[in-house]
Amino acid sequence: MLHAFPHAASSPAIENVSRRHILKGAAAAGSLVLAAPLAHAATAPTYKTGAGDMPHGVVIDPNLFVSIAPDGTVTIVAHRSEMGTGVRTSLPMALADELDADWARVKVVQAEGNEPKYGNQDTDGSRSTRHYLVPMRQMGAAARTMLEQAAAQSWNVKPEEVKASNHEIVHAASGRRIGYGALAAAAAKLPVPKIETLRLKDESEFRYIGKGVPIVDLHDITTGKARYGADVRLTDMKYAVLVRPPVVGGKLVSFDSKDALAVPGVEQVVEAQGWPWASKFQPLGGVAVIARNTGAAIKGRDALKVVWDDGANAKYDSDAYRAELEDSVRKPAPVVRDEGDADAALKAADKVITGEYYLPHLAHVSMEPPAATANVTDTAAEIWAPVQSPGGTRDDVAKTLGLPPEAVKINVTLLGGGFGRKSKCDYAIEAALLSRKLKAPVRVQWTREDDIHHDFYHTVSAERIEAGIEKSGKVTAWRHRSAAPTFMSTFEPGAKTESKLELAMGFVDVPFAIPNIRCENPDAAAHTRIGWFRAVSNIPHAFAVQSMVAEIAHALGRDPKDMLLEMIGPPRIVDIAKSVKDYWNNGEPLDAYPIDAGRLRRVAEHVADKAEWGRKLPARHGLGIAVHRSFVSYIATVVEVAVDEKGGISVPRVDTAIDCGTYINPERIRSQMEGAAIMGLSLVKSGEITFKNGRVQQSNFDDYPVARIDESPSVTNVHIMPGENRPPSGVGEPGVPPFAPALCNAIFAATGKRIRRLPIGNQLA
Amino acid sequence: MIKLTVNGENHQWDGDPSLPLLWYLRDESGLTGTKYGCGQALCGACTVHVGGQAVRSCITAMEDVADQKVVTIEGLHPSGEHPVQKAWRELQVPQCGYCQTGQIMQAAALLSDNPKPTDHQIREQMAGNICRCGCYNRIEAAIRLASTGV
Repeated sequence: MLHAFPHAASSPAIENVSRRHILKGAAAAGSLVLAAPLAHAATAPTYKTGAGDMPHGVVIDPNLFVSIAPDGTVTIVAHRSEMGTGVRTSLPMALADELDADWARVKVVQAEGNEPKYGNQDTDGSRSTRHYLVPMRQMGAAARTMLEQAAAQSWNVKPEEVKASNHEIVHAASGRRIGYGALAAAAAKLPVPKIETLRLKDESEFRYIGKGVPIVDLHDITTGKARYGADVRLTDMKYAVLVRPPVVGGKLVSFDSKDALAVPGVEQVVEAQGWPWASKFQPLGGVAVIARNTGAAIKGRDALKVVWDDGANAKYDSDAYRAELEDSVRKPAPVVRDEGDADAALKAADKVITGEYYLPHLAHVSMEPPAATANVTDTAAEIWAPVQSPGGTRDDVAKTLGLPPEAVKINVTLLGGGFGRKSKCDYAIEAALLSRKLKAPVRVQWTREDDIHHDFYHTVSAERIEAGIEKSGKVTAWRHRSAAPTFMSTFEPGAKTESKLELAMGFVDVPFAIPNIRCENPDAAAHTRIGWFRAVSNIPHAFAVQSMVAEIAHALGRDPKDMLLEMIGPPRIVDIAKSVKDYWNNGEPLDAYPIDAGRLRRVAEHVADKAEWGRKLPARHGLGIAVHRSFVSYIATVVEVAVDEKGGISVPRVDTAIDCGTYINPERIRSQMEGAAIMGLSLVKSGEITFKNGRVQQSNFDDYPVARIDESPSVTNVHIMPGENRPPSGVGEPGVPPFAPALCNAIFAATGKRIRRLPIGNQLA
Repeated sequence: MIKLTVNGENHQWDGDPSLPLLWYLRDESGLTGTKYGCGQALCGACTVHVGGQAVRSCITAMEDVADQKVVTIEGLHPSGEHPVQKAWRELQVPQCGYCQTGQIMQAAALLSDNPKPTDHQIREQMAGNICRCGCYNRIEAAIRLASTGV
C-alpha cells in the first residue's frame, strides 16, 4: 500500500468508497520506491518558514508522497485537507512540476491522518502553500533526478546528458527517449539524492506553478460523486442525531425517550458522554437518537423530553456583554505595545478623533454541517470525517477511547467548507464514542440547528481607537484598545486576555508611521466556546483600524486613500521586533516574512489604480478602500456600494489586490478572493450570533442569513501581484479582513453614515 | 407502499410516509450526491427534480412523491455532460463543492423552463441556493454560458 500504515481497525464492508482511490502498493514490482526518506530537512533553498516549528514538522520523503506505476501513472499524496481552497490540487501540482510529469497522468490520493508519518497536517492558518511549496518541489525534483540517473545508466551516458521532459527522459544527442513507467523499477534501486544536491527549476521553467490547472475533484463535484463527511456508508451502519446541552457548561439531568422510540425507524436512545467546559474539542454530551436513517433520527430527537442543568454560563447575555466590553475599552488596560508616549501625545494633540467599534460573534455555517462516521472495536477505531486537523483528530479520538494513536485510522473526506470550524473534531469523537457504545458503525449527523447552536464561535469584540492629530494634520498618537474573549479559553479554563496570536492579527502590529503608539488589551471572560473563524481576530482589528483611517481622513478633509498611504508611511521594513516583545509573525521568521510597508503601499496603490479610485459615481454610490496584512500576505480592497433610499445596499463592483509572494494556482487565488468578498458581505450585512440566558438565539439560515446570489457583487476583479520569487504566503483567509471596512468606508462615502457596529442590520434604514 | 422512480429506476418505500425524500435518497438508497444543508428549504443544497421541477427534497415527504419521477444529480446526465455541468467545469465554479449539486439541479431546471434567462432572472431563480464559499459570480456566469451553448 502506498499508505503503508498498518491498518489495525477491523474494517466493515464499505459500500461506496471509490475503489480507484485504493492504489496498488508502492512496493509492488515496478513501482518507484525510494530507498530511504530524505528525512526532516531544511525546507527551502533560499528562505526559511515556520514549518519546522509546527507539531511533527515537515516530512520530506518522496517514498511517501509520490509513486510511479509501470503504466506511467504518477500518484501524489495530498496530506492537507480540501475545503475549497484547492490545496488538494495545488500542492501535488508543485511536485508534478518539478517531476516534469504530465498532469493528465497524475492521480491524487488523500493521506489519512498520521502526522508522525506525513508531518503536520493542520489545514488552517493559511499556511499549506507557504510551508509545503518547497518540500513538494524537492520531492518532485528528487524523483526526477533518480529517473534521469536510471535512464542515463541504461543508455550508458552521463546523467548531465539526459533531461526529463513531459513524463519521459530524453537523450537529446541520440534522440532516445523512455517513459517514466518503464524507468520506475530501475530508478527505485538508486540511492536517494541529498536535498542540497537537487536542482530545482528556475521560475521560467515552471509548467504548472504560477499557471494552474482545474481542481482534481471538479468532475466528481459536478456529478455528485465527490465524497464528503456524510457520504460514506458502511454495512449495518446506524444513523445518529444528538441533542446537546443548550448552554455551554450545562449537563444532562434526565430524559424521557418514550415518544422518541415510538417514531418509525428509531431504534435506540442513549446518553452521550460529555465533558465539562472547557476541555478543548471534547464533545458536549447529551442524548443520542439512533435510527435506520437520519430523517427518523431527527424526528425522534424532536420527540425527546430532556431536562438540563444549565450551569454557570446560563446568564450569558449578548446585550449585557456588549456593554461590559464597551465599558472596558473606555478605561486604561494592560499595555501590549508601547512606543513613544501616546497618552501625552493625545493630551498635546490639536485634535483627537475617537472611534468605537463593535463586532459580534459569528458562526461558521459551512454548507456541510459537521458529520462523521466511525467504526470502533475494543482494540481499534476507524473514522471517516471532514476534518481540517487529521492528525489532531487521530490523537483526540485515541486519547478519548484510551487507544494508542497507531490503532486509530482517520480517513479524511472532502470538507464541505471548513472556515476553522472543522479544526475542532468534537463530531468525530462523538461518532467514535457512539460506535463503541453500540458496537456498530455509526454516522453522526449535525443538523443546521446543531451547527449554529453548538459552534466554536468567532469572538465578539469591542475596539476603541483614539488618534491624536497635530495642527499640521499629521497623526502623532494612536491608542487602540481591543477587548475580545480569546480562543485560548477553549483550551485553558479562565483564559481572558487575547493570546499573542490574536494580538498579532492586525492589532499590535499596526504598521503605521506614527511616533506614539499604545495598544491595550482589557480582560474579557468567555462564556461560550470560542474558536477561530476564517481570518480570526484580523476581522475586528482590521475593521477598527481601517475604519479609523477613513474617519481621520474625513475629519481632516483628506482623500481616504491618500490618508491611508500617508499613515503607512514610506516603504520600509517595520521593526516590529523592537516594538512588540515576543511578536508572533504567524509562526514565520521575520527575516523571510518581514512587515514590509512597501508591499502594503503597493497593493493599496495598485488596487486604487485598478479600481479607478476617484472615478465619478452615480448619486448614492460610494467607494471605500482598506488594506491589511494578515497570514503574512498583503491585501487591499476597493468596494463600490450603492445604497438605496430605504437603506438597502448593493455592491456593483469589488476590486481586490493580493500580494501573496510566489503562488501556485492563480485561478484558485481568484476564487478565494471572490469568496472572501461574499463572506465579508455576509458579516457586514447580517452576521450576528447573540446569546440570551446562555442560549444561542439563532437557528438556521432564516435568522442567521448569509449572502445569496442576488446580493452578491455584480463584478469582482482580482489583481494578483507578481510573485517575484518571494516566499509564498497566505491566501485562504486574508481576503476577508479588508472587505468589511472597505464596504463601510464606501457606505460612508455614499451616505455620510458611519457604520461602527456590525452587522449593519437596519442601521441604514 | 409508496412507489416512485428515481433516475428511471423503480423504487418502493414501505417505511414512514412522512420521511423527507432527502433521507430516502441519501440513507436508504445511497444516492449521496444530494446534500443536506438546512432541513428547511432555506439553502437549496438538497435540490432534486420531481416531475421536471426543482424541489427541495429536505421538506418533500415520501408520500408526496408517490408515483412521481425523481431525478437526482446522479441521473441528470449519464456521463455528467449536461450543459450546466459542462459550463460549471469550464468556468471552474466550485470551491468546496458541497452545495454545487443542488446549484446545478436548480440551474438545470431554470434553463429547462427558460432557456435564455436574463441576468436578473438568474439571480432571482438561484437566490434560494446558498454557497458559503461564495462562488456566486461564477454560478451566474456558468448559467449564462450554459444558456448560450458550451
